[in-house]
Amino acid sequence: MDRIDVREAPLDVAAEYAAVQQANTADGACAMFVGSVRDFNAGSAVGGLALEHYPGMTEKSLRAIVADARGRWPLGRVNLVHRVGPMQVNDEIVFVGVTSPHRQAAFAACQYIMDRLKTEAPFWKRETVRRACGAEEERWVEARASDQAELEKWG
Amino acid sequence: MIKVLFFARLRQQLGMGELRLEDFSGTVRSLCAVLCEKYPQWREHLDDDAIRVAVNQELADSDAAVAAGDEVAFFPPVTGG
Repeated sequence: MDRIDVREAPLDVAAEYAAVQQANTADGACAMFVGSVRDFNAGSAVGGLALEHYPGMTEKSLRAIVADARGRWPLGRVNLVHRVGPMQVNDEIVFVGVTSPHRQAAFAACQYIMDRLKTEAPFWKRETVRRACGAEEERWVEARASDQAELEKWG
Repeated sequence: MIKVLFFARLRQQLGMGELRLEDFSGTVRSLCAVLCEKYPQWREHLDDDAIRVAVNQELADSDAAVAAGDEVAFFPPVTGG
């Protein structure tokens, strides 16, 4: 059972965990990942960010990633929530919750889903940075080569 | 007619988010060439190995076929999560 949600509303991690575990008596393991907005990136203080996405493709892309994870591991529930629009520092951006009978599959699938999402799902971050002089400016966040390298380990 | 979309930094660099093209049939590569001919100032941004392409909302390479009714999107490397 998959729940994929792309939305502007804030993310409630406790509610998302509760949704994953609701009446789930088959799985003994749940692995979760939560990504949030940092206050520092690429040498600058970050005051907030806005996430742009490709509405027609985003959910389709996330569904395909989750389907591939299911092809690799025996998974019970998968809950994947990603925020778009304006966000503040410390806000949660993404939640992935995965259940399985045993922990190895849950850990691996959670990491796999994030590694694929980071390199394939059509989201782009634009952050507001604060200069030492107090001035603010906006810039697009650069993709990291290390994210591509992480993906390659899955073959 | 095909629908062409641009996102994020690329959309800002080109100063356009969407356009429609009549009577096009070819590949992503030939579409890119047509666009760069029509808007020469786009070449430095669009004709770049880092730019990703999706055809009908699925990632595609430059050899992918493009025909009437298709939606083609060009965008920079993604930075979600």
